[in-house]
Amino acid sequence: MAKKKFVVGCFDDEATLFPAVKKVRTAGYKIHDVYTPFAVHGLDHALGLRETSLHTAGFIYGITGTSTALGCISWILSYDWPLNIGGKPHFALPAWIPITFELTVLFAAVGMVLTFCYLCQLSPFIKKHHFHARATDDLFVMVIETTDKTNVDDLTSFLSNAGAVETDVQIAEAGWWLGRYDKDEVPFQNKIVAA
Amino acid sequence: MHLKYESQLREPLVYGTKTYHDVTEDIVRPIEAKPSKLWYIGFYIAVALLLFGVYALYRDVTYGIGQWNLNKTIGWGWDITNFVWWVGIGHAGTLISAILLLFRQGWRTGVNRAAEAMTIFAVMCAGQFPIWHMGRVWMAFFVLPYANTRGPLWVNFNSPLLWDVFAISTYFTVSLLFWYSGLLPDLATVRDRAKTKLRKHLYGVASFGWTGSTKHWQRHESLSLVLAGLSTPLVLSVHTIVSFDFATSVVPGWHTTIFPPYFVAGAIFSGFAMVQTLMVIIRKVFGMQDYITMGHIEAMNKVIVLTGSIVGVAYLTELFMGWYSQNKYEGYTFWYSRANLFSPYGWSYWGMMACNVLSPQIFWFRKMRRNLFVTFFMSVIVNIGMWFERFVIIVTSLYRDYLPSAWSVYYSPTIWEIGFYTGTFGLFFTCFFLFAKYFPVIAIAEIKYVLKTTGESYKDKMGHLEHVAPDVFAHSGHGHTVVENDGSN
Repeated sequence: MAKKKFVVGCFDDEATLFPAVKKVRTAGYKIHDVYTPFAVHGLDHALGLRETSLHTAGFIYGITGTSTALGCISWILSYDWPLNIGGKPHFALPAWIPITFELTVLFAAVGMVLTFCYLCQLSPFIKKHHFHARATDDLFVMVIETTDKTNVDDLTSFLSNAGAVETDVQIAEAGWWLGRYDKDEVPFQNKIVAA
Repeated sequence: MHLKYESQLREPLVYGTKTYHDVTEDIVRPIEAKPSKLWYIGFYIAVALLLFGVYALYRDVTYGIGQWNLNKTIGWGWDITNFVWWVGIGHAGTLISAILLLFRQGWRTGVNRAAEAMTIFAVMCAGQFPIWHMGRVWMAFFVLPYANTRGPLWVNFNSPLLWDVFAISTYFTVSLLFWYSGLLPDLATVRDRAKTKLRKHLYGVASFGWTGSTKHWQRHESLSLVLAGLSTPLVLSVHTIVSFDFATSVVPGWHTTIFPPYFVAGAIFSGFAMVQTLMVIIRKVFGMQDYITMGHIEAMNKVIVLTGSIVGVAYLTELFMGWYSQNKYEGYTFWYSRANLFSPYGWSYWGMMACNVLSPQIFWFRKMRRNLFVTFFMSVIVNIGMWFERFVIIVTSLYRDYLPSAWSVYYSPTIWEIGFYTGTFGLFFTCFFLFAKYFPVIAIAEIKYVLKTTGESYKDKMGHLEHVAPDVFAHSGHGHTVVENDGSN
């Protein structure tokens, strides 16, 4: 993936970050991402990101677990090798509920975590470009993607005026592992959602 | 959007005047500093215990579990007692991180990370007992359902012992995933502060390349919430299933429908006690008094007195049913084998009553709940009591069964049985010492998240809002974090 030029603005307080996000977006710049040390609630809406559907994936994994457990146990105990256990029925549904429940939870949890790692491209031994070392400490790092037409100096001073305590221009390959996001995606909608 | 203002009536969760950077500094300091002498002493003691446990197990495999003092009547002794005890302890971590998350208990942030780690290590210890109790441990894989060459003869899915296999392994896996996915951002914090190349590489690998992207945080929040939602019934199910090991049998003293809720309450009880033991030590050794506050200790003591009382009610209900059922075997077990102080194992029943039901009542007094010495002492007492409880349930139900000629009162553990138990202590504390040295013991990102609403200095700044009329407050912009203005002021 090609390298791109990014303008980086660091904010030290979420109270200045939110108005700045709004200003930058109103001015028509494309925010590549905002890196924060903790989950800042409402920031995803302010950036116009859509809701995640990870929980839907979790539900699908869960019912996969349920049906795997019920399917396997009923096939094994009432068809493949029907054991006479104290004269009890071969199809003993109530006795299968504990394992069915456990497998539901297991499939949902494992599936969701793997999906989470895949979507966020998280894995050991992966190298990513980190725009600022303090993004995991105390800075909220706003990264703006530039095009040929962007006036970098204007943008830098614009960010400073919006409250950035530190600004910086970086040429980086902010691509993703496996190149899944190689295509230029449109990460947020065009209209600004009032948070 | 969440409420930015929190009532002054609530105690701050973080003391002192702290910025986000201070939080990072405070929590990462023990990882970056050389371990203290105390750490080395504790670690070596733990490793020594672990090694003795390994030797006891080596003998166990070589000579068979006959080296334990079990006999035909008392076929389950210390090993299963220890199994249930460790599993019980392993319930607090997920309870704190999952159920308290759903109940929006802000104080969980100070203790959840260490409690989850404790859960994982406790479940690892618990798992040892049924595995080595199999005797021919190299055949342990027989419990797995797979198309084998023996028929294929499948495992019995109707058996509570097999439910246990699924419950414990699922619980371990899900707890591990929950814990580690929460750790990723904090490991990234350690990585980004690392001075040496090796440290940067190792924490880089461990943090999976976490960047802190907004989209990632959004998914992370969704993941935590759903995992919490899944773990909540999971926690309840695991000890319910452990109790089914007993409750589905027809042995007097085991065959009771009260077991699932009674076991779950007991598990939370002993788990919180173990969390208290560790927290009192951690806050002292690592100087985390600002993050693990007296408010945290008090909140956990409240849970201990509640669950201790639930367990007490369960004991009394059992005694009542022993009489009310008019079943003479039930009556004999509860009133003779257990409640009679002068029966062979009566001491264990009364030890349990004293430790679990009577002594925690001291926590009705606020002064006691906020006393560190009392808290630490009681946390140990409670875990002794909970060990007695499992011993009472297992041994006093078995030692006198329906056939008097098979009665046995000669069960006392051998040194190898005890060595195995202390060996799991070694395993637990070895893991915990390593965790405390190499991982952030407090969830850094979560503390930062609550800092500006519940930190002491931030609360003080908002004190004047107490006197603002509600309608003025609601429209003044303090109500929500999202600032609606365009930044012109």
